[in-house]
Amino acid sequence: MSQYVLRRLLIAIPSLLGISVVLFVVLALAPGDPFSELATNPNVPPEVQAALRAKFGLDDPIHLRYLHWLNAMLHGDWGFSFVSRMNVDTLILQRLPATLYVIGSAQILALLIAIPVGVYAATKPYSLFDQIANTLAFVGFSLPTFFTGILFILIFSVTLDWLPFVYTTDIKGTGIHWVLEMIRQAIMPVAVLGLFQAASMTRFVRSAMLDVIRLDYVTTARAKGLGQAKVIIKHVMRNAMIPVVTLIALQMPAVFGGAIVTEQIFRIPGIGSLLISSILSNDTPVVMAVTFVFACLVVLFNLIADVLYGWLDPRISLR
Amino acid sequence: MLDKELRSMIGEVKDGRMDRRAFITRMAAVGLTAPLANQILALGGVAMAEGASTYKPTKRGGGGALKLLWWQGPTLLNPHFATGTKDQDGSRLFYEPLACWDPDGNMKLVLATEIPSIQNGLLAADGKSVTWKLKPGVKWHDGKPFTADDIVFTWQYIKDPATAAVTIASYRDITVEKIDDLTVKITFPKPTPFWADAFVGAPNTILPKHLFADYTGSKSREAPTNLSPVGTGPYKFVEFKPGDLIRGVINPDYHMANRPYFDTIEMKGGGDAVSAARAVIQTGEYDFGWNIQVEDDVLLRLEKGGKGKTVYAVGGDTEFIALNFTDPNVEVDGERSSMKTKHPLFSDPVVRKALSLLVDRESVKKAIYGRAGRTTSNFLNGPEKFVSKNTSWEFNIEKAAKMLDDAGWKPGADGIREKDGKKLKILYQTSINGPRQKTQAIVKQACQKAGIEVELKSVVASVFFSSDVANPDTYPKFYADIEMFQIPLSQPDPSQHMRRYLSTSAATKENKWQGTNFPRWVNKDYDAAINAADMEMDPVKRAALYIKANDLMWEDTVFIPVQHRLKVEAAANNLRPVVSGWANETDNLFDWYREE
Repeated sequence: MSQYVLRRLLIAIPSLLGISVVLFVVLALAPGDPFSELATNPNVPPEVQAALRAKFGLDDPIHLRYLHWLNAMLHGDWGFSFVSRMNVDTLILQRLPATLYVIGSAQILALLIAIPVGVYAATKPYSLFDQIANTLAFVGFSLPTFFTGILFILIFSVTLDWLPFVYTTDIKGTGIHWVLEMIRQAIMPVAVLGLFQAASMTRFVRSAMLDVIRLDYVTTARAKGLGQAKVIIKHVMRNAMIPVVTLIALQMPAVFGGAIVTEQIFRIPGIGSLLISSILSNDTPVVMAVTFVFACLVVLFNLIADVLYGWLDPRISLR
Repeated sequence: MLDKELRSMIGEVKDGRMDRRAFITRMAAVGLTAPLANQILALGGVAMAEGASTYKPTKRGGGGALKLLWWQGPTLLNPHFATGTKDQDGSRLFYEPLACWDPDGNMKLVLATEIPSIQNGLLAADGKSVTWKLKPGVKWHDGKPFTADDIVFTWQYIKDPATAAVTIASYRDITVEKIDDLTVKITFPKPTPFWADAFVGAPNTILPKHLFADYTGSKSREAPTNLSPVGTGPYKFVEFKPGDLIRGVINPDYHMANRPYFDTIEMKGGGDAVSAARAVIQTGEYDFGWNIQVEDDVLLRLEKGGKGKTVYAVGGDTEFIALNFTDPNVEVDGERSSMKTKHPLFSDPVVRKALSLLVDRESVKKAIYGRAGRTTSNFLNGPEKFVSKNTSWEFNIEKAAKMLDDAGWKPGADGIREKDGKKLKILYQTSINGPRQKTQAIVKQACQKAGIEVELKSVVASVFFSSDVANPDTYPKFYADIEMFQIPLSQPDPSQHMRRYLSTSAATKENKWQGTNFPRWVNKDYDAAINAADMEMDPVKRAALYIKANDLMWEDTVFIPVQHRLKVEAAANNLRPVVSGWANETDNLFDWYREE
């Protein structure tokens, strides 16, 4: 098992290097420059723009800039933001808690809905419960988060005035009041994101369960007189979870990206909104760092998925 | 035209035969606003009046929290590194200039005790120097005294090219010397009619020497104070998360009596303008929303029964369509829109004039800008003193068609006009932006009716407004026939703004398109007027020169002005914000309060 993990880790390194080269080249070739706003400012002479470009190394050839970036990265230096003139890692660390809190909660909410509903629906296919769950799931993933987000705001903030729609990292108060406020302001974004995720996941869990539930070994287990709950949980679910784990693991980085829209709507100062504002202001070091983090997440979650396969079905890690 | 009358009036004020108020009222009657009337007086040898304050609270603090919403949050807190006004706005919460501009464009003192004038001897009659007296007893937030040394240092810091300060243009040619601890003298290399530039207004705030002295030049980025400012302002710095949040608390030692009103201040960033308007106007979650660029009917809907309202400030921003005087479709020496070419259609002035007749400013105002726009025929729309009364616009499709007919542009088989084998087909570009794209549609429709085919193009703003040499879609390259946007007028003086269009400043491949004259319009009379205005100390003659420059642009149809745009902000009903079209939103923050 440990050899298997090690092998997977070694494969990850060249993948990451390759990804970083591609990202860097794409960003270097992308249009726009970080000092674009200065171009329309009559007070900024062209010499200053040129001096800034030179100072931040924007005029060096791409390969030199890449090697410089890689070398700095290996030493733990993520570069600094042209726009904020502060270190990129500080910037990302500042944004991480909000992202983890909102996206983590949404993902947990999605799992808490999807697994029980999907499993139960699969045990009783085409029952009334199954049909209702299916309909809701279709509605759920057909509605984009920017639509449900605004709908929630209009209902719960504007009309009912129950929940705030501007997320703030700076809630006054301590103890229980602080906790309650943190929960209150996260309800809408978590619900929007969680329900969207839950919808597609429910469908997936259900079909994965159905694939397994009809296999001979399940019938055998039943014939041996095992209870329904035991058959479903121990025999069916364990095998059905392999494709589900793949889906969840591969969705995690995508969720970080997909949350960009939700973060914008509710003004959550997370990684997604950092990426958006950095792209808009052509702040390449930040864009590079954030996208690279996403790339690392993809690789990492693939690795986790592989390890989980090994645990769910030991035959996989032996190959 | 007013020359003689004005002079005698200035004389009367000087001799005390007429009071200032009467002078300003009479100036208003002939279409000049108070701020400019004031500046006319100042340069005519009468001291400039200080902007009146509407501030009512009688004690410091007690106003609770002030919650500001900036849909583009500040990303750094050093005003001299600011990209965009958002960073100046954030820095201005803590740092202060010597003076700022009130809603009428009057000077308002902040760290100075007296407005320089020829009368009080602080302004040299030849316009080559100005002396500022500083308020005694002002302290930085860390308790160190504020003195003339800080001002001299700030000048040295900015003018060092290695610092790469974005404000360098206002400082590199001047000399700042310390007369004593509370007096500084600024010397200009030539007569400078607009002397209130350095150290005045939100972009020009003063930095503490004791905290920045070790971080000048190439070390400027490393200063910890870039992210945690120590200023002299009404609020002390507490916390900063770039793009997200700034927090401050009241400065109990603030140098203005009974100010500030609020105990804490919070500036939240991110999101978009519509939801910012909603959070302030409709739900009242925030007290003030910045730069609400939202269509007027949306705002009117939000305002119905809401907890807030919109607030407008008049400045000098003009939304315009610029015409390309060079040919964007022909390459000469590897350069499109080269100065060596002439635009195949626009070299006929009739085509340019006809195009101007086809822009329906009134419909654009009605359908798009509403209360935030005014129709205009001038490129230069403020300050009032510099606004031409000699121009007028008209929307008339028949007249345009007739003009083109008369000039030999006859409709071809496809209904598009042509002459000498050249078809009236125009590429019209702008940045991606709702109101701009709607304006494009309105103009295109009128042009079609007159037999001109218009192809619309919109470029993402971050590319359009960039100086990226490699990109063909930037506005300075201007690889289109016409293009639309606005260039903000950041000071209550047009000199910087109008210098952009000097013949020598054309954007070309040679200067990597850093030249500011993007229509590549060449006019000797314009150059002469602008260069003369730059040195002209007589305010009346100077205003006449800028009016002449504007009229030359109008005659040559270099720009088709579409709207004079106002600043739009959202504020809670009980908040009394002071917002100036000539300053940043936070420039007059010390005067904000809440009506109980």
